[in-house]
Amino acid sequence: MTEQKRGRDARFRLTDGLLIALMILPLVGCIVLKVLFTPESEGVDISGAMVFLRLPAPGQELIISESQVNSWAIMLTLLGLCLYLTHGLTEKAETKRQLIAEWIVEKCEGLVQANMGERFAGYSYLIAAIMGLSALSSLSCLIGLFAPTGDVNVTAGWAILVFCLVTWTKLQGGILNYLKGFMEPIPVFTPMNFISEFSLPVSMAFRHYGNVMSGAVISALISTALKGLSRLLLGALPVIGEIPLLGIGLPAILSIYFDVFSGLMQAFIFAMLTMLNVSGSFPQEAWEKRQRKKAARKQRVAAAGA
Amino acid sequence: MDMVALAMGIMLGLCGVGAGIALIAGIGPGIGEGQAVAAACEAIGRQPEAKGDVTSTMIMGCAIAETTGLYGLIIGILLIFVAPGIFSGVLKETVLALK
Repeated sequence: MTEQKRGRDARFRLTDGLLIALMILPLVGCIVLKVLFTPESEGVDISGAMVFLRLPAPGQELIISESQVNSWAIMLTLLGLCLYLTHGLTEKAETKRQLIAEWIVEKCEGLVQANMGERFAGYSYLIAAIMGLSALSSLSCLIGLFAPTGDVNVTAGWAILVFCLVTWTKLQGGILNYLKGFMEPIPVFTPMNFISEFSLPVSMAFRHYGNVMSGAVISALISTALKGLSRLLLGALPVIGEIPLLGIGLPAILSIYFDVFSGLMQAFIFAMLTMLNVSGSFPQEAWEKRQRKKAARKQRVAAAGA
Repeated sequence: MDMVALAMGIMLGLCGVGAGIALIAGIGPGIGEGQAVAAACEAIGRQPEAKGDVTSTMIMGCAIAETTGLYGLIIGILLIFVAPGIFSGVLKETVLALK
């Protein structure tokens, strides 16, 4: 019995170790890639994502950039984290990690139910995924990586996903009802309604990207300025002059606001807007009418068959 | 060659001016967020027990109101760090085509 248990324990620990490796290794790989690919440079270094690879493709060449690689690494990390937290679940919570996992699931389901209602309870997984991915992407700049959310292509991809969801939800009331929605309140408003329809993904993408990117740019500018200032003030001193003393610590205080607070805030806001837009676009009346019609047709068919 | 240098100078200068004008967009969110915070302070003063809810709603609203300012900021940053490279490339191509 004890022999068996010890064997299971060893296997359990081995799996745990593998999962922790799955959490950490992608990020380490990204750091190594970044160190290998960063060109030597002096002064202000503000640029978008580095391009690792250019693949020839019909039409336009396919670019594999830092933001893509990093976001896949972060997805792997998130997967590892989820697997680690749910590894060895028991019916009654015994371990710390199970309590944490249950807390996360409960919070997400509560948030989605409070904001979207019973009908959309299944969306809690999507919302949790968006929130976790966005928060972890924004926080990844704390370990020196390029935050994927600082690239407009990444956030635009998410925003297009949200746009598709909103359109799908609107189509639940029938295609005619969806097209009629563009002519509210009078048909003259059709172009305006088209613009407002497409401004949703644009504004969502730019809000998230703008917050993260502007934080990164301001942080880079200030740390460079502090380096220059310390060279100006202390440059005459023999040994101390060569170390950018003012650049130590001060940029970290800004990073607490720009990277940690702003990043987490934007993750929450992106998830919140997703919830509100999806649940707000559901055509309740048209859907009920359609359900009634369907039920009536079914009844008629049944009556005809009898 | 002098004219090319002049054109380059005008282009860089106008990029800077454009960035400055774009950042006028910061006025709107500034006023709006100030009003939001003032209203939140008032609400907390009237009902101190609702402080948590009021604060979280206010931060959420502030972050959304910030968006329009951020659009201006993005345009400004792009005009300073990205646009000169693109525009000077276009200028060089035009000059080569004229020759």
